[in-house]
Amino acid sequence: MAYERKFKIGKPILEVNNISLAFGGVKAITDTSFNVLEHEVRAIIGPNGAGKSSMLNCINGIYKPQQGTVSFKGQVVPNITPNIMAQMGLSRTFQNLALFKRMSVLDNILVGRKLHTKTNFLEVALQLPKVKKEEKLNRERSEEIISFLEIEDIKDTPVGKLPYGLQKKVELGRALATDSSIILLDEPMAGMNVEEKRDMCRFILKVNDELGTTMVLIEHDMGVVMDISDRVVVLDYGKVIGDGTPDEIMANQKVIDAYLGVEH
Amino acid sequence: MKPIFMTYTKKDLINLAVCMVLSVLIIPTFIKTEYWYTSILIPWLCLALATIGQQIVMGYTGQLALGAAGFMAAGAFAMFNLILRVPDLGFVGSLIVSGLIAAAFGILFGLPSLKVRGIYLMVATLASQFFIIWMIDKFGWFKNYDSSGIITAQDIVILGKPFTTPLAMYFVCLAVTTILTLLAMNMARGSTGRNWMAVRDMDIAAESMGVSLLRTKVQAFAISAFYCGVAGALFAFCYLKSLEPVAFDIKLSFKILFMCILGGLGTINGAFIGAAFILLFPVLLNAIGNNVFHGAIDATIISSIEQVIFGLLMIIFMIYEPLGMAKLWENLKQSMRSKLSLSGIKGVKSPVLKK
Repeated sequence: MAYERKFKIGKPILEVNNISLAFGGVKAITDTSFNVLEHEVRAIIGPNGAGKSSMLNCINGIYKPQQGTVSFKGQVVPNITPNIMAQMGLSRTFQNLALFKRMSVLDNILVGRKLHTKTNFLEVALQLPKVKKEEKLNRERSEEIISFLEIEDIKDTPVGKLPYGLQKKVELGRALATDSSIILLDEPMAGMNVEEKRDMCRFILKVNDELGTTMVLIEHDMGVVMDISDRVVVLDYGKVIGDGTPDEIMANQKVIDAYLGVEH
Repeated sequence: MKPIFMTYTKKDLINLAVCMVLSVLIIPTFIKTEYWYTSILIPWLCLALATIGQQIVMGYTGQLALGAAGFMAAGAFAMFNLILRVPDLGFVGSLIVSGLIAAAFGILFGLPSLKVRGIYLMVATLASQFFIIWMIDKFGWFKNYDSSGIITAQDIVILGKPFTTPLAMYFVCLAVTTILTLLAMNMARGSTGRNWMAVRDMDIAAESMGVSLLRTKVQAFAISAFYCGVAGALFAFCYLKSLEPVAFDIKLSFKILFMCILGGLGTINGAFIGAAFILLFPVLLNAIGNNVFHGAIDATIISSIEQVIFGLLMIIFMIYEPLGMAKLWENLKQSMRSKLSLSGIKGVKSPVLKK
């Protein structure tokens, strides 16, 4: 890359080892392994039904794979649950938007600060000084994220009332609020127009650049993927068919076949 | 709107001041008939408190629970036994411990919420309703082996002073309800409430943000049962002045559920509006029956009409205004304000025009 990165790409932070996942008789993922390096932007691509979202759900602990392990920050995580992964510093967004619809944008992002909230309900009920202090810090951080994402004017709107593109932004904001070291983005740009996509790319790169957050994203827009990612892994029918830099992937015959189809 | 004191904004504090002046000064000075205290104001405060409990678990945390009256019974009978057996605890102490005992039941009967949801959870939580009433009936110890079935509640004594007149009891209920309402608002607006609502709106995302479903749901059930328990103790000691399990039957649970829904799910002030409506509506209907039709309509028919209207209202609210009467009130205020500002009255800012 032409410019000097503040956070140099380092050792593997997340390793997926021989994961297999099946729903009844349907195999979603078969014996898949890949890794994600610290501070990189890693894309997962593949045709529909290739198992990309299932892969993220396995990493995040929503699905329990029948085989294989996920190791995070150098250790294999036993009994993965979304909660444990969040505590270890992994956050995510969802393909079909999983925002808290009746809550305002600010409140949604504040929920992302959950792990930085140590006070219990009794202290909150009595509004002890430490609750106020903590709430103030959390609010400040959330406001920072809101202005970073340029969504100040909608911060008090219930997210259910926002258009799709903005909701995707809020979801990114909520993931950012956790101050996680790695964020999984499940199709962050689906359904967006060119301008919104460009914005989203800018935010993803900016977060990666300024905070050093490792980004794993699923995306269908090849132009975007090739532009912003450091390395790409290609899934097809639940298997890895290609893994490497964007240029290598573009030249990979298997990937071209999977996308364009081959005559048998 | 910035909070000035605790989580309350200037508007909240003004509302609170108005409510306090109304309930502490104006009502006691102008209302002299005992009927108003014993039959309307005291049960209103008690049931509003129980409805806040129902709000926490249903309106905020989104867990469809039905069994508030069971927790109220637990609180009421715990209160009776504590005053009887541990007199040193005092009224306030007993009230708190009764709430905690109800909360323990809340934790127990909240556990199914981890596995089942929606209508199935409603059925599962019905267990609390039936189990607690059954337990009190089955074991004579809870009723101090009283054979009559109805036990008289002890007199309320706080710091050596008896609180036996309707007005005094009204003040006891008012004080407890006010304090617990303020605490509930703090929780609802703080990080605790955000966790509840996150679980309500999208539990899987909440979990991915580090909100523990187990802890949040069980916590909501416990706090809800605490509120119901305290409300039940007040209900028995200030309103019924007697204790019998039948008073806390499933009808009361349903009544609280209706108060919660009509008032507006996920609002604290809705609990008061809903409770007032459900309590006052039958009174109003009776008054209409007596004064307009001069008793030409049979009382049983009036009570049937009441059921029909409640049912209709539930359906109408569910379809057109799921956020209930609290939201209607909010809308009314909004439209009044914009009308006033459009007609050019100074000093009234329109929230619509403000940018």
